[in-house]
Amino acid sequence: MSKWLNPRSAFGLTLIIVALLALPFVAALGGQAWVRILNFAILYVFLALGLNIVVGFAGLLDLGYIAFYAVGAYTYALLASPHFGLHWPFWVILPCGAAIACFFGVILGSPTLKLRGDYLAIVTLGFGEIVRIFMNNLNAPINITNGAQGITLIDPVAIGDLRFSTTTHILGVSLSGPQKYYYLLLALAILVIVINLRLQNSRIGRAWQAIREDEIAAKAVGINTRNLKLLAFAMGASFGGVAGGVFSAMQGFVSPESFSLIESIMILAMVVLGGMGHIPGVILGAVLLSILPEALRYGVGPIQMAVFGKMLVDPESLRMLIFGLALVLVMRFKPAGLWPSPERKRAAPAAGASHG
Amino acid sequence: MDIFLQQIINGLVQGSIYALVALGYTMVYGIMGLINFAHGEVVMIGTLVTISVAGFLIKAGMPVMFAGLAGLTVSVLVCMALGWGLERVAYRPLRNAPRLTPLITAIGMSIVLQNVAMIIWGRNYLTFPALLPSVAFEFAGAHFTAVQVIIVLVSALTMLALLFLIYRTRLGMAMRATSQNPAVASLMGVNINRVIAAAFIIGSALGALAGVMVGTYYEIAHYQMGFMLGLKAFTAAVLGGIGNLAGAMLGGILLGLIEALGAGYIGDLTGGFLGSHYQDIFAFLVLIVVLMFKPSGLFGEKTGDRA
Repeated sequence: MSKWLNPRSAFGLTLIIVALLALPFVAALGGQAWVRILNFAILYVFLALGLNIVVGFAGLLDLGYIAFYAVGAYTYALLASPHFGLHWPFWVILPCGAAIACFFGVILGSPTLKLRGDYLAIVTLGFGEIVRIFMNNLNAPINITNGAQGITLIDPVAIGDLRFSTTTHILGVSLSGPQKYYYLLLALAILVIVINLRLQNSRIGRAWQAIREDEIAAKAVGINTRNLKLLAFAMGASFGGVAGGVFSAMQGFVSPESFSLIESIMILAMVVLGGMGHIPGVILGAVLLSILPEALRYGVGPIQMAVFGKMLVDPESLRMLIFGLALVLVMRFKPAGLWPSPERKRAAPAAGASHG
Repeated sequence: MDIFLQQIINGLVQGSIYALVALGYTMVYGIMGLINFAHGEVVMIGTLVTISVAGFLIKAGMPVMFAGLAGLTVSVLVCMALGWGLERVAYRPLRNAPRLTPLITAIGMSIVLQNVAMIIWGRNYLTFPALLPSVAFEFAGAHFTAVQVIIVLVSALTMLALLFLIYRTRLGMAMRATSQNPAVASLMGVNINRVIAAAFIIGSALGALAGVMVGTYYEIAHYQMGFMLGLKAFTAAVLGGIGNLAGAMLGGILLGLIEALGAGYIGDLTGGFLGSHYQDIFAFLVLIVVLMFKPSGLFGEKTGDRA
């Protein structure tokens, strides 16, 4: 811990904190839409770090991670909306969401412990789809999820009288709704980063790493692989659940559409593109991949107008096209991710020697 | 009883399409241990190219049958080129990269292909030209059409041809050798690059054929159609034991049957609690249950723990 105390890194840390605190005000100059984009970037950091526990630390390829996010989001939506007439406060619901998502994580984890590699990937993918299909169809005979229409009018987060949906004025500074969510998300993200950092070099973290590198060897040195894999699933899932709850409150609306497979894949792409298992890399990946499509949304149309004088190609598909190409190119030139962990870089040449 | 027979027929047709697509996944996986996520998109491109080519030729006054064959040929060629290109651009440079890296490029290519297709063909549903005469038959209370018969027959013949290729030709032998051990195979004079390219090209050709079948069967196509189809076909490949050709074929047909029967009977089984829109759940539920008891699929070789 002593490295945090030396003056240079203390200065750097202060600078980062100030920048993070000022960011929503800078973004607000470009309109509240940019604050929302920032919020989603942090939400994705949160999700990517949750998935990083499962994929990056423990090496379990999970393609259904969005299911836990969905569980958290629906938990919040059902407990704080006119749908059932329940209006629980958010600090009660978020832990509930985390617990329920954690339960689902164990449900998914326990039958799949025997599976390896790509078989695990397809089962988790199937699990994610099952959850989504149920959310899409559980409106009959008993209306639980309101089907494809989703649930609307979800309560925003409120701390006492401070409601996060409207603009408030504190000490002469006006704080918009999205800006308040920014600080809430930032606090949660810092919490999850700290948990990740502390986990990484803990006994559990090292055991996960051992399982990732060689499960048989890990078992042989007395690591309880079954419990630790379940723990990885459960922890990853509860982070997903919390993120889902905040998403629900922030949007005021959830529908199964937000939890399709492509979302799981996007979060995985953030983890891998950033640098699997390396926390700063994962954060970088999440921020880049969540901001890039939005930045392209604003960039592609006007640039086309300026260069060709008219819309040649539908900007929506062009921006996704560029996004896809970016994924391919980054992986092509940085196969271990943009910011891989130092140990991984050393081990890279040997990693490709065998597959399966 | 007639519902049962009817659903068996529908399941067989859907299943043979799944099987053809699943073969593309399983060949690539068997040889290089890679999930080619963009394969569903290759199938989609196959369907859309056929629509354009056959539609153009029909408009130019060519007989429908001939236009259909021309469309099929062109789309098979386009998809073969596409498969080859995919391997060269997105996978070959990453052969020694960490295991998840090619998965992300595959996803990237899938996004790229979908959006290219959207730019070329637009966002709307396209009607697939009726290439085959619509003749209907009836057997023991179940109805089926000439299209369905042809789909099942053509895919059965194609699969036989593929088995012949893999088990009776030099290329097939090279492919089997590579899938067992690439390093040793290359020491024995097998050109690994060529074998991998061949797997992609053959898989894509099968995908194009499947794409044309999907088009003739459902008479509709869309730039996003490849995603779910690819997902189901991949599920089928895993169900049969990924990397195993016969497994992919049987897995595909099994999945088609399970889905059809599930959709037909789920309402009765659950007393109307769950309707036929839960059809998609069956594929995944069966998969999970099978893998719980047979962790490497129905026909997959036991991989062992040493790997």
